Amino acid sequence: MLNQPRIQKATGLRLFWATMWARAYPRIVGALRERSWMFFETFLPVLAVAGYVFLYRAIQAPAEYTGFAVLGGAMTAFWLNVLWSMASQLYWDKDQGNLELYVLSPGPLMAVLLGMAVGGLVMTATRASVIIVLCSWLFHVQYQIADPLLLAVIFVVTMAALYGMGMLFASVFLVAGREAWHLSNLLQEPIYLASGFYFPVKALGMWAATFASVIPLTLGLDAMRQLMFSGDPTLGFLSPRVELAVLAVLAVIFISVAYAALTKLEQVGRRQGRLIERRR
Amino acid sequence: MALSQRLLDSPLLRRNDALRSFIIASWLGWQIESNWADPFLFAVYSFVRPIAGVLILVVMYAVITDSAFRQPVFPYIYLGNALYILVSMVITGVSWAIIDDREHYRVAKNLYTSPLNGYTYLFGRGVARVLVGTVSVLITIGFGMLFFHLPIRLTAVNWPLLVVSSVLGLSAIAGLGLIMGAWTMTMARHFWSVGEAVAGSMYLFSGAIFPLDTLPASIRWIGLLLPVTYWLEAARRALLGADAAGFQTLAFLSNWQLIAVLAGFCAVLLISSAYFYRWALHASKERGLIDMESGY
Repeated sequence: MLNQPRIQKATGLRLFWATMWARAYPRIVGALRERSWMFFETFLPVLAVAGYVFLYRAIQAPAEYTGFAVLGGAMTAFWLNVLWSMASQLYWDKDQGNLELYVLSPGPLMAVLLGMAVGGLVMTATRASVIIVLCSWLFHVQYQIADPLLLAVIFVVTMAALYGMGMLFASVFLVAGREAWHLSNLLQEPIYLASGFYFPVKALGMWAATFASVIPLTLGLDAMRQLMFSGDPTLGFLSPRVELAVLAVLAVIFISVAYAALTKLEQVGRRQGRLIERRR
Repeated sequence: MALSQRLLDSPLLRRNDALRSFIIASWLGWQIESNWADPFLFAVYSFVRPIAGVLILVVMYAVITDSAFRQPVFPYIYLGNALYILVSMVITGVSWAIIDDREHYRVAKNLYTSPLNGYTYLFGRGVARVLVGTVSVLITIGFGMLFFHLPIRLTAVNWPLLVVSSVLGLSAIAGLGLIMGAWTMTMARHFWSVGEAVAGSMYLFSGAIFPLDTLPASIRWIGLLLPVTYWLEAARRALLGADAAGFQTLAFLSNWQLIAVLAGFCAVLLISSAYFYRWALHASKERGLIDMESGY
């Protein structure tokens, strides 16, 4: 026993990195092991998208609006993932007794949150891709991608900002307790409306679109639509490059505030003894 | 509580397990749905989601038609979406009651070892969701009348058609919800998605937000097999009267024929749901799923 070599403990950045992947692992592997999830996770958004597509057809909308609805429908997967698998996750972890294990382990909570985000992003990107491919095939969507590199960068920065927002929400929802469930429910349709998931956000008017821009998907979707459907340029709210700059700022702000909120929450929770308290 | 206690103490309810289970479940369901927040927050919650949901369609419509809200297709879309809130609530509500009791509150053991009537208990939980849904529907329609001038005149509404079709239609949908709920009892995985998948499919195939004629002919027939399609049609006719947009698929049916179809659906679905529930209860006990806590 005594002759066994000492286990090399991870510390500092290595610990952060290991913790992050440890938390991301079950999400990435889980998505592959439980493939039947894929059916429901893609089937439900496809139904919603189909409903909106047929509505556009009923009122004889131009063809690119079908593409707008398809792209918006695919992006709902990311928003739902942020709400239910990021924002509500720490609350659920608390409910199931995992949160106390996270807190007792040497791994930093911020790395746990980042792992949740990375795992969720990989899992959801797969589902969103399936939705886009399936709906594009079903509804004959035509894409005209103007600048693939810019499109990729905008997608990555949008996700960074969006999941940064999810990390912030995780702390907020943990404090909200059992209302977290209702908060997540409440943030679905209103956000679909405000962010223009199924129509160009410019239609809401300048002020409403500006306020809605605090949600990263608003500008991300608007920029991606402009780059993927190079039809009428007047449909965009701002130019894609300006939207990219705003998204980058949002990403930095959300991740920094999430870090501060999580630190504060941990301190307050420990002091008041409520960090692992369970209520139903 | 005093009122509900007096109700439960009445001789009729004392003697009738089914009715007592139904009343208690409705009260319990209402408490679960509404007591998580103060009344103001609950009221906000009750109207923000449905209003936002319908505004998505309004904006989509306005962008394409340049706000032609006076066209007959607009009230068709608006009312279809508003009324569908009830369908969605009933279909998903019963499944959620099972999940809540089993996974969240972990009281399935206690429930099924008590002298309750499980079928009417679930029906009662569904009724509580209908109450919440009715509030949302009324708010959404009122919002439409106020801001988008929906052509609904309360004096011109065909109330008998509305009431009869709604009682039959919602009972039929409740039967379907009970089948979904009972099915949920027998599932170890994916039980979260059953109600939502069915409600989502019916939203598409019933022509809730677009005329059925818009669907490709190869799948249009699915809508004709759903009670929701006929209830939405009857309710639109009752609320809009002569202003209701007539579309080819259902225009050939008279109001009486719609009622007859709904009555048929109601009878078939309620009876089959009772049998299905009995089978599902037995199956879930056999498989050890009745009080399962999967954490899934």
